Amino acid sequence: MDDFMVRALVAGCGIAALAGPLGSFVVWRRMAYFGDTLAHSALLGVTLGFLLGIDPTVGVVAVCVVLALLLTALQHRRALASDTVLGILSHSSLSLGLVAVAFLKTLRVDLVGYLFGDILAVTSDDILRIYAGGAVALAGMALLWRRLLAVTVSEDLAQVEGMPVVALRLAFMLLIALVIAVAMKVVGILLITSLLIIPAAAARRFARTPEEMAAFAAVIGMAAVVAGMLASLNWDLPGGPSVVVAAAALFLAAQLAPGRSG
Amino acid sequence: MSSPPEPLITAEALTVTLGGRTLLDRIDLTVQPGEVVTLIGPNGAGKTTLVRAVLGLVRPTSGTVRRRDGLRIGYMPQKLSIDGTLPLTVRRFLALWRPVSAARIDAALEEAGVAHLARSPVQSVSGGELQRVLLARALLSEPELLVLDEPDQGVDVHGQAELFNRIDRLRRAHGCGVLLVSHDLHTVMARTDRVVCLNGHVCCSGRPEDVSRHPEYHALFGRHAAELAIYLHHHDHAHTGDGRVVPGADCCDGPGHHHHEGEHHHG
Repeated sequence: MDDFMVRALVAGCGIAALAGPLGSFVVWRRMAYFGDTLAHSALLGVTLGFLLGIDPTVGVVAVCVVLALLLTALQHRRALASDTVLGILSHSSLSLGLVAVAFLKTLRVDLVGYLFGDILAVTSDDILRIYAGGAVALAGMALLWRRLLAVTVSEDLAQVEGMPVVALRLAFMLLIALVIAVAMKVVGILLITSLLIIPAAAARRFARTPEEMAAFAAVIGMAAVVAGMLASLNWDLPGGPSVVVAAAALFLAAQLAPGRSG
Repeated sequence: MSSPPEPLITAEALTVTLGGRTLLDRIDLTVQPGEVVTLIGPNGAGKTTLVRAVLGLVRPTSGTVRRRDGLRIGYMPQKLSIDGTLPLTVRRFLALWRPVSAARIDAALEEAGVAHLARSPVQSVSGGELQRVLLARALLSEPELLVLDEPDQGVDVHGQAELFNRIDRLRRAHGCGVLLVSHDLHTVMARTDRVVCLNGHVCCSGRPEDVSRHPEYHALFGRHAAELAIYLHHHDHAHTGDGRVVPGADCCDGPGHHHHEGEHHHG
């Protein structure tokens, strides 16, 4: 197998392992569109990173966090419906990113690569980034697991029990921002959310505990990466979209398979 | 005799406004240790807002809410909606809020009469069962104050009596004070030390039999209130879960019978 293929598989599986548990939370908290909105702002983060001469990953995390705070503030005011607010921010931040890229004439950005991912161009540096960022994110989730579940079930009950609800909510947004930053190059900002949601949704029918769902989602995500990459190699298909199509196929198959009760 | 114990919670001139509308207007409220205080009032009277302010879930616009230092509160919300995609058994649901042993959880479920649901998905239990699961959850923290927001929501009439009897029994066993929201004084009358009738402001408060004769209460509840007076007159017993009638001596033989001296502040 070629080196670039090995790197693509290692990177993809790392992201799937991270996306499994985090994606489960996105599904449980009904935050799919929220995740999508954050992802759409990532291009703006990349451009800002280049402009300020900082690491694009840092730029992406920073922009995602700012957007997450803005979203929370706007949703709190309830002047507009939540999905309207998300729609406004999602598309304006994506367009802002595209406009900003066009302004930077001296900068050559692989736009298609950022939008749809370029998994075959993954470098060892990218892999290091994915695994380092992923390890931090997974450790954080493990540490906060029970509290994150509690806040997911009921923020009111969690707060009465003395949990730092606002801090937990922010920690969760930070985790999503981190995943977007490290996964962007692999599946692209337009497809990141699918890697969070589809494996988790596929895992639901087989899981009897939250942990089972998170683990199954990770495994299904990895299977989608492997299948998508093989298809991409065999038939010369775009990498990121092939992975997402494979995940969708696994989701469909899961709906037909006999589930477990309870 | 020792000095009166510090109230569990004290609200003073508590005011909450939202979008220019005054939901709560200078509310004073205390709950003493072991005391059962019932909030009644029509829809939109601010009962839930008051409870949420007491719990610290709503910030007062002005006035204060004081909770006794380190007060343990067991909160039973009006409803709970958990996304169906979260695989969560009732037992696991109870384990989320604090580190507790499996034995404690099973005991709490037993106590609430829902031990058989331990392994069921929490989204699959019926309305009445969920209320008892939430009661079990609220009691897990060994609370000094139980806060119950319309615990009879979605429970049929027979289930309501059973539920209130169970709450009454358990709060005695655990020795906790209760702040109870109800839209209807009928069901909770006999188990209440003090009633606060709310309609944005406190209309009247005092012992249930006094409040039920208060003109403001009548103005608020109209014909319904007249029925209550009759009800009170006849109601000298309580029903157990299986419909047996038991003498009311243990729950309505006058105010404050189970209090220490110094807590007598009724009426």
